[in-house]
Amino acid sequence: MKIHEFQAKGIISKYGVAVPQSIVVKSVDEAVAAAKKLPGEVCVVKAQIHAGGRGKGGGVKVSKGIEAVKTNATDILGMQLVTKQTGPEGQEVKTLLIEEGMDIKSELYFSIVVDRDTQKIMLIASTEGGMNIEEVAEETPELILTESIDPALGLRPFQAQRLAYGLKLEEYGPKMPRQAAAFFMGLYEAFVAEDCDMLEINPVVVTGDNRILALDCKMSFDDNALMRHKGTVALRDLDEEDASEIEASKWDLNFIKLDGTIGCMVNGAGLAMATMDIIESYGAFPANFLDVGGTATEERVEAAFKLITQDKNVKTILINIFGGIVRCDVIANGVVAAFKSVKLDIPVVVRLEGTNAELAAKIIEESGLKDKLIMVKGFGPAAKKAVEVAQ
Amino acid sequence: MSVLVNKDTKILVQGITGAQGSLHAAACKAYCDTQIVAGVTPGKGGMLHEGTPVFNTVRSAVETTGANCSMIFVPPPFCGDAILEAIEAGVELIVAITEGIPVMDMITVADALRGSNTRLIGPNCPGIITPGQCKVGIMPGFIHTPGKVGLVSRSGTLTYEAVAQLGEVGLGQSTCIGIGGDPINGTNFIDALRLFQDDPDTEAILMIGEIGGTAEEEAAEFAKQYVTKPIASFIAGATAPPGRRMGHAGAIVSGGKGTAASKVKALEAAGIAVAGTPALLGETMLQAINK
Repeated sequence: MKIHEFQAKGIISKYGVAVPQSIVVKSVDEAVAAAKKLPGEVCVVKAQIHAGGRGKGGGVKVSKGIEAVKTNATDILGMQLVTKQTGPEGQEVKTLLIEEGMDIKSELYFSIVVDRDTQKIMLIASTEGGMNIEEVAEETPELILTESIDPALGLRPFQAQRLAYGLKLEEYGPKMPRQAAAFFMGLYEAFVAEDCDMLEINPVVVTGDNRILALDCKMSFDDNALMRHKGTVALRDLDEEDASEIEASKWDLNFIKLDGTIGCMVNGAGLAMATMDIIESYGAFPANFLDVGGTATEERVEAAFKLITQDKNVKTILINIFGGIVRCDVIANGVVAAFKSVKLDIPVVVRLEGTNAELAAKIIEESGLKDKLIMVKGFGPAAKKAVEVAQ
Repeated sequence: MSVLVNKDTKILVQGITGAQGSLHAAACKAYCDTQIVAGVTPGKGGMLHEGTPVFNTVRSAVETTGANCSMIFVPPPFCGDAILEAIEAGVELIVAITEGIPVMDMITVADALRGSNTRLIGPNCPGIITPGQCKVGIMPGFIHTPGKVGLVSRSGTLTYEAVAQLGEVGLGQSTCIGIGGDPINGTNFIDALRLFQDDPDTEAILMIGEIGGTAEEEAAEFAKQYVTKPIASFIAGATAPPGRRMGHAGAIVSGGKGTAASKVKALEAAGIAVAGTPALLGETMLQAINK
């Protein structure tokens, strides 16, 4: 789960991590009032959407004086902000963060991730702040510093200081490495305590008066750990999510909307991905990823049908179920009943394999829906049939 | 022969009195007389659950029954601790079926595993089966046939699909290992390749990977050095959009890493046959064997 910059900054500041003063606003008037309250003449108007790349998309504007704040807030509020992460349709900006301007002497990069190779938490830092860190890693790997954290020991002060010296922070005065180490320790503490999935500060800034602050903050959480963080769940912003995916989550369906013409209903994530892949190999595109899980009951199949057919691009639905514990005849009954109750008007290609598959075929055969529910044997042939029907 | 589990494996089930634990313990027992010797549910020690003695702790279950394998169905918030309990009790093989364990808990588990003699399979996996001998997991037993192909996969139902396709081309399986779809797991592809290479009764290996992480790339490198048996493979998720988690917690392309293209390239560079579509899993294996 992702949250906004202003929410993330609120969390890390509780762990003693310094952030610039800022005020969250929802209107131009509020933006102007906020700018008057903040110290200094310069402030920054920042669009609050979940996607990254806001600056390049025109969603972050340094504003000198109240008139500039007013102009920039007017421009950004309500705009469809397009970044490399939003897709071409962009994301509507409904909230702004008005933040005090900083006298920046240096910009650094810092992040914390779970490293799959070592199965440990890893700290990543670089002197190349404000840049795309993947490009830095690709082109100048020597500028990337890392510290791997022993789970039993946690982040030790010497490791945090080693990062600070690696970033040459002693150049900003003898106290700076220790101040930076405390800053990194605070972020690590937040990462662990809040069950984060990723925490990125890009950039970390050193100011003219030798302070170290988080100028930006991207934070996302491990969905599997949300059950122990009720407060975090309350930070979810449904405006940032696809409506069909919100509906799917109510039914506990694993659904991701895509832009093809063939709706997919599959049990199991691996088989669901493989179903998307095989559709593309026959020259068509999937309209969605959908894992109905192990309990494909009539209600869930019905919910899945409704979700898939909300998308008017969908020409046909491919059901690909490998029944293990779940019996194919139960699924077939669910499909027939859901087809009738949803009053589907597009053809459905059904492939049911595994436990009681023959009984399932008979149920579909005798349903009186033979023209609409097309039973096909085999993974490849079923996908091929769905592509033909869609065309 | 086979790897990790056979007719002598003695299994205890953590969470045996829950709905899932109860259902699958019975299904395993019904498969070729798999030995389910104990159950563990704190607070229910001393009772019999469908004929199986239940204990309060893993240690007491192991001491009394000599169980050397644990199959875990404990719900996600408590599952990390359940795995730690089994490691501490010295269980040789742990099969964690549970989906949805927090990553932070798995970091702790991975750390405990490093200093132990325990092997973990999973979590978030279908389990492990040696056809005709022993089933420790939730897979449908009847689709399997004893044979010579070792199968290792990050997926559940796609593994069943692979088993069915192997059956269609007349290939049985020595052992099938579902290593699970989480970003941090116990047994990985390299471990499985090593086990199958060293198993005299496994003659070929089918490896089913998916997007996310770099385990397949590392396995390809390892296979080049160590494995002499024919390997076929498939990578699911070539068409998945980057930055989205495709059902499995570990199936995500992020920061340009973990793409299907990179995995396929590494596998092919190691001389491993990669199935062009998921409908060709069985045929690709057969061709690799006959080459």
